[in-house]
This record gives sequence, structure tokens and C-alpha cells, in this order.
Amino acid sequence: MQSQKKNVLIASGIGKVVKSGSGELVILRDIDLAVTPGEAVAVVGASGSGKSTLLALLAGLDTPTSGTVHIDGQDLFQLDEDRRAELRGRMLGFVFQSFQLLPALTALENVALPLELSGDENAEERARQMLVRVGLGERLQHYPKHLSGGEQQRVALARAFVVRPKLLLADEPTGSLDGQSGAAVITLLFELNREQGTTLILVTHDEALAARCVRTVRLIGGRIAA
Amino acid sequence: MTSLRMLRRDWRAGELRVLAAALVIAVASVTTVGFFADRVSQALVRDAHQLLGADLVLVADHPWSGKVPELLRSSGARHAEALNFISMALRGGKNQLAGVKAVTSKYPLRGRLRTAVALGASDAAAERGPDPGTVWIEERMVTALDAPVGSTIRLGRSELRVAAILTLEPERTANFFNIAPRVLMNLADIPATGLVQTGSRVSYYLYAAGEPDFIAALEKNIRPALARGERLDTLESGRPEIRAAIERAQRFLSLTALLAAILAGVAIALGTRRFVERHLDGCAVMRCLGATQARLLALHAGEFLVLGTLACAVGALIGYGAQAAVGAALADLIRAELPRPGPWPALQGFLVGLVLLLGFALPPLLQLKDVPALRVIRRESGAPRGGALAAYASGFVALGALLVWQAGDLKLGAYVVGGFAAAVLVFFAIAWAVLNGLSRVRIRRLRYGLANLRRHARGNAVQVASLALGLTAVLLLTFTRNDLVEAWRRAAPPDAPNRFLLGVQRDQLDGVKQFLAKNGLREAELYPMVRGRVVAVNRGAVNEADYSEERARRLIEREFNLSYMDAMPAHNTLAAGRWTADGLSVEEGIAERLGWKLGDELTFNIGGETFSAPISSLRRLRWDSMKVNFFVIAPPAVLGKFPTSYISAFRVPPEREGALNQLATEFPNLTLVDVGAALKQAQDVADQLIAAVQFIFLFALGAGLLVLYSALVATEDERRREAAVMRVYGASRAQVARAQRVEFLAMGLTAGLLATVGAGVIGQLLARRVFELDLPPSVALLVAGPLAGLALLSLNAWLSSRKVLRASPALTLRESA
Repeated sequence: MQSQKKNVLIASGIGKVVKSGSGELVILRDIDLAVTPGEAVAVVGASGSGKSTLLALLAGLDTPTSGTVHIDGQDLFQLDEDRRAELRGRMLGFVFQSFQLLPALTALENVALPLELSGDENAEERARQMLVRVGLGERLQHYPKHLSGGEQQRVALARAFVVRPKLLLADEPTGSLDGQSGAAVITLLFELNREQGTTLILVTHDEALAARCVRTVRLIGGRIAA
Repeated sequence: MTSLRMLRRDWRAGELRVLAAALVIAVASVTTVGFFADRVSQALVRDAHQLLGADLVLVADHPWSGKVPELLRSSGARHAEALNFISMALRGGKNQLAGVKAVTSKYPLRGRLRTAVALGASDAAAERGPDPGTVWIEERMVTALDAPVGSTIRLGRSELRVAAILTLEPERTANFFNIAPRVLMNLADIPATGLVQTGSRVSYYLYAAGEPDFIAALEKNIRPALARGERLDTLESGRPEIRAAIERAQRFLSLTALLAAILAGVAIALGTRRFVERHLDGCAVMRCLGATQARLLALHAGEFLVLGTLACAVGALIGYGAQAAVGAALADLIRAELPRPGPWPALQGFLVGLVLLLGFALPPLLQLKDVPALRVIRRESGAPRGGALAAYASGFVALGALLVWQAGDLKLGAYVVGGFAAAVLVFFAIAWAVLNGLSRVRIRRLRYGLANLRRHARGNAVQVASLALGLTAVLLLTFTRNDLVEAWRRAAPPDAPNRFLLGVQRDQLDGVKQFLAKNGLREAELYPMVRGRVVAVNRGAVNEADYSEERARRLIEREFNLSYMDAMPAHNTLAAGRWTADGLSVEEGIAERLGWKLGDELTFNIGGETFSAPISSLRRLRWDSMKVNFFVIAPPAVLGKFPTSYISAFRVPPEREGALNQLATEFPNLTLVDVGAALKQAQDVADQLIAAVQFIFLFALGAGLLVLYSALVATEDERRREAAVMRVYGASRAQVARAQRVEFLAMGLTAGLLATVGAGVIGQLLARRVFELDLPPSVALLVAGPLAGLALLSLNAWLSSRKVLRASPALTLRESA
């Protein structure tokens, strides 16, 4: 068993139970997961298997009914919501299926947002460089509604990587994209991942995509399948 | 990441325009009235000395005698005297009712008179009053009598030379009711005119001026010595009738201005809710990116605070400009030159803006800090909380408190707040019911549009209710007002008198009767009139201090116009008791106001002599009959021996007006009042006030339209999705457009009809309960209401639906996924 300090993320005994209608619904049970630095882990399962719920728990966006999550040695759920938010800002990056760009901000402003929130004075310059890196140097002043799906996801990638996160969490990053742009986005994702040495946890139902990751964790009925 | 940056980005996206506009309108509305009121207040303070013409003024309805003038003269203060009364001025064949003021040479002790040598020539300050043998007359008088400087006019028995045209008389600055242009003469000339005699209503003035301490001491000495019918005015208490009138007008305008603020509050609440809904996702993302709750709240609250400050500043600037318009509308009433406004009203405006922000924008904004980050993955979490009205309770209460404070009177304030709230609720309920009912109409082509009425029931009802409310007020201020005035004109009987004749002396009675008979005015009755003051009721002394109600105090303080006659006048009806030969007959209204009952014995003082008699009957009068009416009629046996003058009221047909000039010439001490002119004056005053109110009301209307727009926009996202779904299922753009048109048509008609009914009902209430008039239903109202409703709602809808229809269905549906 590797020591806790070396792992970027350690989840132990994670369980999630929600009330539904007349009784209780067990979404996840007994999830144990350890991720080493630089690893790319895919979490796969059919829809409804609890993948997105697991991702939310690992990022501290939701609280588990049982179990703990340690990120870089920090017990996530010992912190209050605000401390967790700060930790996220420092260490995590996110990519979502629906891109989640702020519609009132230009591409440049969207990418600069996390840097601005942490008070970085060079936010705009760093954001510009990142956008050039993802191939959108000509679209800095465009609003999300003027960008195609693939372009929006690339802006989201830029936003996620511009803070040089330790851990990147992606929830169905190509779920809203067609085959071609999806492939381009994934290529870009892995490139940036290699460049920055980020650790990656990727939730997907796409087996081909999962195959490109070093490790695959399969969820069946809320448990990790052997 | 600053609030300023967020503000710029959100403003760029068009998110905050309605909010800003609502704040601007609310603050502009309140500051317009505030700045104007401030100028008037400043003018009153600045001119206080001049309005009095002195530092201390003593006014009596009888000649001054005894201790008070003695105290004044022996004090060594600078002093002056004046008489004030109404009479006829004559020249050639013309006559004109004149406000005569006869002054001693030192008048005025404060302020300056200004005169000119010809009409339109520039004027200059005068050193002192007119010399004996001369008069100074107002411009209007010059025109009415064709009497330029150098000519002579006749007052009573005297011919006096016009020495100057009076252009400014400080005491007359803010005068609301000026049917009689001023004639200023020297006090020494009065006896020769023979104008001050029995029945003349003359006010006797004594003026004093000096150092403040000296005047204060003088006031302390004189006050206890004042008798009935005498009063003392100083800077603080001076010209109470002007202050009261101005205060009342200001209060009314302030209330109207605050209505705009209330509507703006609603628009702000709606707009902020929409802002919050559209920012929930963004805030969830920011929570993922590291923002704490506190940070989120600070960012957005800061954004709104900056926006609020800017909007308030713009609003105050607009108010500063707009108050000039109010001043112009009321120029004739406020004849003074108003000083520039001070800064306080701007602060008031900011206060209102702050209340609006805290009360209506903050509650929904607070939701933003509670957005769970989980929302980025699970969109159902962190859903916007419904508009619980309780969240805005503090806002409504604060504004309500402001309203009550402005009303200055708890009862009035409560009525206004309660009435408005009730109107809103009633309109909302009815609109909701009507829209729901319409939605069940089974006409195929209209079906989808009408069904939408039910789908968007709450949002639509808000729009309809707010539009209806605004329209009701507009209809009331325009159509209903005209209808009421028309009805009032028609209610006056065709043979109602249009002239009052005052001051006929006993020895002129026969002559006047003959004259009237000769000129076809035989039916004109001449009533005897004796002035008397009530000094005791049931042998107990009475005084102003015995009454708390303002009007009762004034009634008891004045002298009554008593009359005597053998039988009750034909246009009175007996309400209680019996008409007897030795009892008093009192009008039932003042008997109630003064607490008099049948059988009470009243004691009157007439020029030093007293008499007593019991109340044997109560009468009901019709004041709008324009016939001569008396509060108290006494037995002839008792009253007949006192000095008497006679008054009459009659109708003069146009062709006989020339003959009346003859009457004035033959009996120059008589006073003829043209009732028509007086009424026209009153109507002009009312018109000006209404114009000012209408101007302020424009702000309220603007705010109402914003509410309308906000409510419409609040459903815009929903409509867009529905339109997209319809289009996906094969509906053409034209079909979608038609459904929306039908929906808006139904809403516009409903709002317009609601407004018509509302204005109609209120109009009837006013007509019957307050004015006792017959108001026939108005066709114009029936047409105007729905038309206006349709027009306004269509405009609003067109502005919003262009966006809805233009969106591509695919994009829309994808966006909302």
C-alpha cells in the first residue's frame, strides 16, 4: 500500500445514500480509490451507475454519507465548504460536459477567471497564452455563444489548465460534441496533461476514450467492479 | 476580480439595464419633487420677512383700539398701519373688483414695493407708499379699466390719480387666489371714499419691526392682550394659509413621487430575480474555481452597490432638471423667484435608492451565495427559490413607512398605502381569474395562444395588473377629471346666479331695488346682513381654545354673517325643530361641527352689544345652488335694530351686463363679484396643480412600464423554449407568432378593460360621495382604456418577442439542456 503522502488523491470507503420517495437509494458503496501523481484514471460505467456522483464527491462538491477523501494529504470533509472552495481553486481543474462557460464573459475573460479569483495580477496575459496554446488565439474577444461546441470546450480546457492544477477532473468532456471535435478535444486534453504533469480523473461512458487512460475503474451498481 | 469588472461585464451583456432604469426613475421622481419643495421652502424662509411686510403683524376684523395699539406705539418700535378690503374701482363706464389696501407712509417695514411708469416698462424699488390723493394699481387693473399712469379712477366717493403701476408687492407673492387686482392707496384718503361702512369686511393691520430680541419681547407683551377676532403673526407663524396650502401641495406631490418608487421596487425585484436565475450556473462554476460564499456575495453586492450609486446619481441629475418643469407648471401660483435648490433632496433620493436596493434587490441576491458547487454536475440542485413575498417584506415596509412619513398624517398615509395595496391585490386577482377564464375559450385558431394564458398565468397576471393600475391612474387624471368638471358645470341650475352684490346700505335699499327692477332683475332678493361674534353658548363663554379641530376653531373665531327674515328661505329645507319668531335657525353642518344642539342658547356680540336666543331649528342648505346662504338666521325683532347692510345674488344675462356698470357708477360703494370669473380662477388653480401632479405621475407611469417589461422579460426564457419546442414539432414562425399575438392581445384587452372599470368605479365614487354629482358612464373611457392597454402591451411584447422568435430552436434547446 503506498503511503498517503505520495498519492494525489485517496478515497476510502466512500458511500452515498440518498432519500428517494418511500425509501433510500444507495448510489455508491465501499468505494476505495488511490491515484498517484501523473496518473490518468478513467471511471466508466453505464448511465446511472454513479460515475458523476463519484466525481462530485472526489472534488468535494458533494458530501458522502460515509468514507473520507484525502487530496494531497488534506482530509477534504474536515474542511468547511469555504475552505474546500479555496482548496479547489488551488489544486483542482474541472472540465464539464456542458462546458459551463460564463456567457457574459469573453473567451479571454472566462479563462482568466480562476486567476482573477485568486488575485493573480498577470491573469490576462497568462490567459491569453493559454488560449493561444489551445489554438484560439484569434477568438479571444468572442463570447461563448459565438463559438462552436468544440471551441467552447477548448476554452474550458484552457480555463482548467491555466491554474496548473495538481488534479484535473473531467465529467464526460466529449458528451456534447460530435466525433471529430470530440477527438480533437481529447487529444488536446492529453497533450496538456502531459505538458503539465497533471493527474487526471476522467468520467466517461466511451470505452475507446477510457482505453487511452492508463487505468480504468469500472462502476457497476455503485461498486467498483473487480 | 472586482465588482467593478463584474459590473462592466454584466452591463455589457444587457443584464442590468432594467434594474438601473428602475432606480433612475425612482430617484428622479423623488428628487424632482424634493428639489422643487426645497426651493419653495427656501423662498418662504427668505421671503418670510417680506411676506409679512414686517417682523410682527397684528390683524383684526375690527378697528384696533385699547391696549394693543397702545403697547405697540409706546414700545418705540417702527410701526405702520393698513386696511385691507374688497371694493369696486371705476373709470369711465368700466368697473373692476379691486383688492384695496390703504397704508401709512412707512409701509412696508420689510421688503420693498416695486413700481413702473407704464405697462411693460422696467420697474424700480419704491422708497415708500403712495402719496395722499394717489393710487398705485396692478397691471391687470390698468388693462381692465384702461387706466394708465396719470389717469384717475374712482373708489367710492373719491377720484384718485394713478401715480404708478405696482409690479411687486411682497405680501402678495405666493397668493393662490387673486380674483381682485391690487389697488394701493394712502390710509389718509380712506374717510373721503366712504368705503368703510356697515357690512364692509375690512381687515385692520398693525405692523412692527425691530431687532429680534425687541420683537420677541413685544410679542410676549402683546399676546395676552389679544381679544376675539385679533391675531398676531410672526415669522414662524406668519401667513399660515400660505404655508398650509404649500405644504399640502408638496405632500401630494411627494406621495405621487413615492408611487413611482414603489413600482420601481417591484421592477427591481423582478429584474434581480432574473439576474439571479441567470447567474446561478456561473456562481456554481466560480465555487468550483475557488470562490468562497463570502466572496461571491461581496462581488455581487458590490456590483449592485456601484450600479445603485451610479443610477442614483443619474436620477438625482434628472430630478434637478425636471424640477424646473414643475416650477413652470406652478409659475402662476408661486409668483416668487425661487432660489437654487440645496443638496439635501439629492441625499433623500439616495436614501430612497438605498431602501429599494436593500429591500428589493438584496433578498434575491442572497441566494447567489448559497449556490452549491454541486450544481455544475447536478443541475437540479441550487434551483432558484420562488419569489416568496416575505423576502421583500422589509422592502415594502420601508417604502410604506416612507409613504406614511411623506403623507405627514398616519391616517392619510395608511389610506394611501392600504388603498394601493388593495388595488394591486384586487387587480391581480381579477386579472388572474379573467386570464384563466379566457384560456378555456374554445376557438380553434386562438386556442394555443389562449391556453398559454393559463400556462403563464402568474407572470401574465402581474403584467396585466400593473398595466391596469397605471392606466387607471392615467384615465382618472384625464378622462374622469374632464367628465367630473363637465358634470359639475351641468349640475349648476341654469338660472344660478352669476353675480354677488355686497354692501348695500339701508338708505340705498330702495334705490338699488328700483334699479334692479328697472333692469329686469326683479326677482333678486336683498337679504339683510349683520356681523356678529359668538361669545357664549348656554351662558358659558366660548373661545377658539375650546375647539381642537382646525375648521371649528376658524369658524368660532370669525364673525358670523347673521341675517333676519320672516320666513325660511325657499332654497333651504328644515332638518329639525321649528321655525319660530324668536329663535335662531342654524345650518345643520356647522351646528354639528361646533357641537350645538336644538335648544342651546347662543349669545352674540355685535359691535359691543349682546343678545341671546335659543336655537329653535336646524336647516339644510344647498351650497352649490349659488344662492345667498346664511349659517345663522336670527329673529327680526332682535337683529333688526343693529346696523345692517344688504346682499344679493342674481343672474345677469349677457345683454344686461352693461346695465350693471351703471349700478356701480350710481352706487360706487357697492361691490359686485363676478362669480363666473372667480370660479374660472379656482379652476385655473386646480388645473395648474393637476398639471404638476400629472408631470410627476409620468415617472410613476415610466416605472409601471418597467414593471411590465420586467415581468415580460422574466418569462422570456420560458417562451423561447416553448417556441423552440413548437418549431421542432413543425409549427411555422408565423404560427408561433400568432399564438403569442393572441396571448398578448388577450392580456392587453384585459388590462385596458380593468383600467376602464377601475377608473369608472373610482369616478363614480368620487362623483357621488365626494362631489354629490351625477356622472353618466363615459363612452370615451370605454374605448380609451382597452385601446391604451392594447397599445402599451403590444409595444412591450413586440420589444421582447423579436428575440424570442428569432432564436434558432436548436440553439435554444441545446442551451437549456
